[in-house]
Amino acid sequence: MHTQPPAALDSILHQHGHQPTELLQILIDAQALEGWLPAPTLTDIARALQLPRARVEGVAGFYSFLHTRPAGRYRVLFSDNITDRMLGNAELMDALCRKLWIEPGKLSEDGLVSIATTSCTGLCDQGPAMLVNGRAISQLTHRRINEIAELIRQQRPLDAWPTEYFHIDDNIRRRDTLLSLTMKPGEALAAAIARGRDGWLAEMQASNLRGRGGAGFATAVKWASARNAAGDTKVIVCNADEGEPGTFKDRVLLNSFADLVFEGMTLAAWAVGASEGFLYLRGEYQYLRPQLEAVLARRRAAQLLGADVLGQTGFDFDIRIHLGAGAYVCGEESALIESLEGKRGTPRIRPPFPVTHGYLGRPTVVNNVETLAKTCLIALHGGEAFAATGTAQSAGTKLLSISGDCAAPGIYEYPFGVSIARVLEDCGASDTQAVQVGGASGMCLAAYEFQRRIAYEDVPTAGAFMIFDGTRDLFEVARSFVHFFAHESCGFCTPCRVGTALLKGFMDKLADGHGAQADLADIDWLDRLLKNASHCGLGSAAPNPVIDTLQKFRPAYERRLVSLDFEPAFDLDAALAEARQLTTRDDPGAHLQTHEEDTP
Amino acid sequence: MTRQFLLDGQPVPFEDGQSILEAARQAGHYIPSLCWHKDFPAHGSCKLCIVKAAGRHVSACATPAREGWEVESNTPEMNGERRGLLQMLFVEGNHFCPSCEKSGNCELQALGYEYEMLSPRFRHFYPERPVDASHPDVLLDFNRCIFCELCVRASRDVDGKAVFALTGRGIDKHLVVNAESGRLADTDFSKDDLAAHICPVGVILHKGPGFAVPIGERDYDRESIRQKKLRDEEASS
Repeated sequence: MHTQPPAALDSILHQHGHQPTELLQILIDAQALEGWLPAPTLTDIARALQLPRARVEGVAGFYSFLHTRPAGRYRVLFSDNITDRMLGNAELMDALCRKLWIEPGKLSEDGLVSIATTSCTGLCDQGPAMLVNGRAISQLTHRRINEIAELIRQQRPLDAWPTEYFHIDDNIRRRDTLLSLTMKPGEALAAAIARGRDGWLAEMQASNLRGRGGAGFATAVKWASARNAAGDTKVIVCNADEGEPGTFKDRVLLNSFADLVFEGMTLAAWAVGASEGFLYLRGEYQYLRPQLEAVLARRRAAQLLGADVLGQTGFDFDIRIHLGAGAYVCGEESALIESLEGKRGTPRIRPPFPVTHGYLGRPTVVNNVETLAKTCLIALHGGEAFAATGTAQSAGTKLLSISGDCAAPGIYEYPFGVSIARVLEDCGASDTQAVQVGGASGMCLAAYEFQRRIAYEDVPTAGAFMIFDGTRDLFEVARSFVHFFAHESCGFCTPCRVGTALLKGFMDKLADGHGAQADLADIDWLDRLLKNASHCGLGSAAPNPVIDTLQKFRPAYERRLVSLDFEPAFDLDAALAEARQLTTRDDPGAHLQTHEEDTP
Repeated sequence: MTRQFLLDGQPVPFEDGQSILEAARQAGHYIPSLCWHKDFPAHGSCKLCIVKAAGRHVSACATPAREGWEVESNTPEMNGERRGLLQMLFVEGNHFCPSCEKSGNCELQALGYEYEMLSPRFRHFYPERPVDASHPDVLLDFNRCIFCELCVRASRDVDGKAVFALTGRGIDKHLVVNAESGRLADTDFSKDDLAAHICPVGVILHKGPGFAVPIGERDYDRESIRQKKLRDEEASS
């Protein structure tokens, strides 16, 4: 006996053409109906898409922003990057919980509101930040928290909240070639088309442009591989799943330079011969979607997208926006492709690589937002001009997302080769103890390394640049990143699934004052196993913050050790308290003698 | 001309496209595994088959063999890492070998012996994983799941039923069945499915007489997992 899905769900299913590849998008839309995904809704979706229900449940359970239990009409998530913590997010969350009489992570009894934390929301330059039903609010203060508590209590719909809450600044502090570029939409594309596909790819080769997502793979080589791969429908994906803690450059590019990004995707399509494009937009940035759709519509109307782009017969290319839902691992390109296909974001076995077998088995290019925007410069001014800037191995400029202890956090564009010291001076940092470059998975640099330079050959980065002054505790910085990786591990492979959770346990043990020298040895051993044995970059990068801080800031760990030998993670005698209570005993015999010398 | 690589210094011939693990087993060399199965594509999740090939750590099941490679497998370093992975699997779930019906036939337990795992080393997670006894013929004891996904793959790709899937993420990842109620009895699962006979540990247990073969006389009581797997390989070729 099959009942029809409710009308609202039915229309969502229709909107997405009943495509299994749209499963994640359908789940996101379906959740908007009631704020969560009740079990019958998953059953209805599975039936409509002719998928096993267990697979739908598998996907719904993977993404942090999808709820298979009631989560409240107001779902408040405090961004919990280390920079939010440094700006006092814990006190603010505590205050909001007290005002609304609820515990973190639990739904209020009337089903009105839940409050929890979430990984970095990409607003580190204007934190502390939160998401309310997916919408970003920055610059939280106690005053604003009071107002929000009142709005929730009065059950005011989000659309009726003061609009200034939802205002997000770009905070561009330094412009170089990319951020000072003024270009008419289509100008770069016309220049590339005039060169022909081969000529355009040759310019790309001459430019030495390398991927801005951090790994630094040569963009032209990726494009050429996809172009030469067998397969008719080739795909260009823009990776806007900017989840690395401390990174927010893509937010700014998508907010104020969307034409450059979409034009870059079209330039890639022209070189590769692709007809389908996706912008994979992280769930945290869904507030950008309406304006991005508007840019796409404008570009379609101007014949910059669609059939016969700019009048080139046979050059058909269009772009769709696909939302993520809170999963850092989807920034890994093969996990991102799985997610695009409507699946759990689990990284694939490689080879084969996406350039030959990507989205639905088709040749697929996955490029970072900034990489694609940069291709406009190459189309306009030529590859040689681009290659002439930066350093020999790192051509062009890099956008840095600067946050933490400095006077002017925000976006800074520098030619590659700039020193850490110069950046620190420009953003008004003083008494700097350490800089975390490249986010949680990047490098922690101590003061003696500040003459090092931002470049693939020295300090590579996707753009995060978090500054910690002399008052900060580098152990707590590393611990927050370890928590981040444990939360974001997809759980596919043993070392990362269990290893990140174990590492978190060890760091918490030290933080709780139960640390011993033996724990440092175990941490060291886990670090190595994670690095060696993990299935993807998430697992192998997860120990980086610990490795760096253990090496450079060891006293931050050692001052927490209570023993040079072994110390259990819990108090043995305290663990017996419940038994004592049950037996109403508290005599000396009901207590454990934990030290030999105490026994008479 | 057959091509070959060196496994711990010994030449191992291989055919095009063959993985390091397949070629090694065929040549009579044991590389351990839990999620690998000869009838399914490589999965690469358990990482027990980790080897060092040309200096890099790789999964032997998912890495095609290459001419001239020097592969390290049965070395103190690699076996130490395997022991660590086994310890991780043991503390992650709830594994009470002495009272488990699968004891002696369990690959996780057998590998614990093979790699001389003498202690769990790490803190136990003690996850809460209720059993599902709803099905008339089969009991699901999720406490022992190691996420090899063999039941998921067998049910989906061979039985054509997709009874099992994984949900959750990270350390909270867990197995679910294909029913809104979450009960195995409400799926089309049958005790004759391949998925009912493929679990390398003790999650999918058949009801009826228990301990029909006494402990002490079971597969891995008689011989080590290394010997058994190599003998199985020889018998199937």
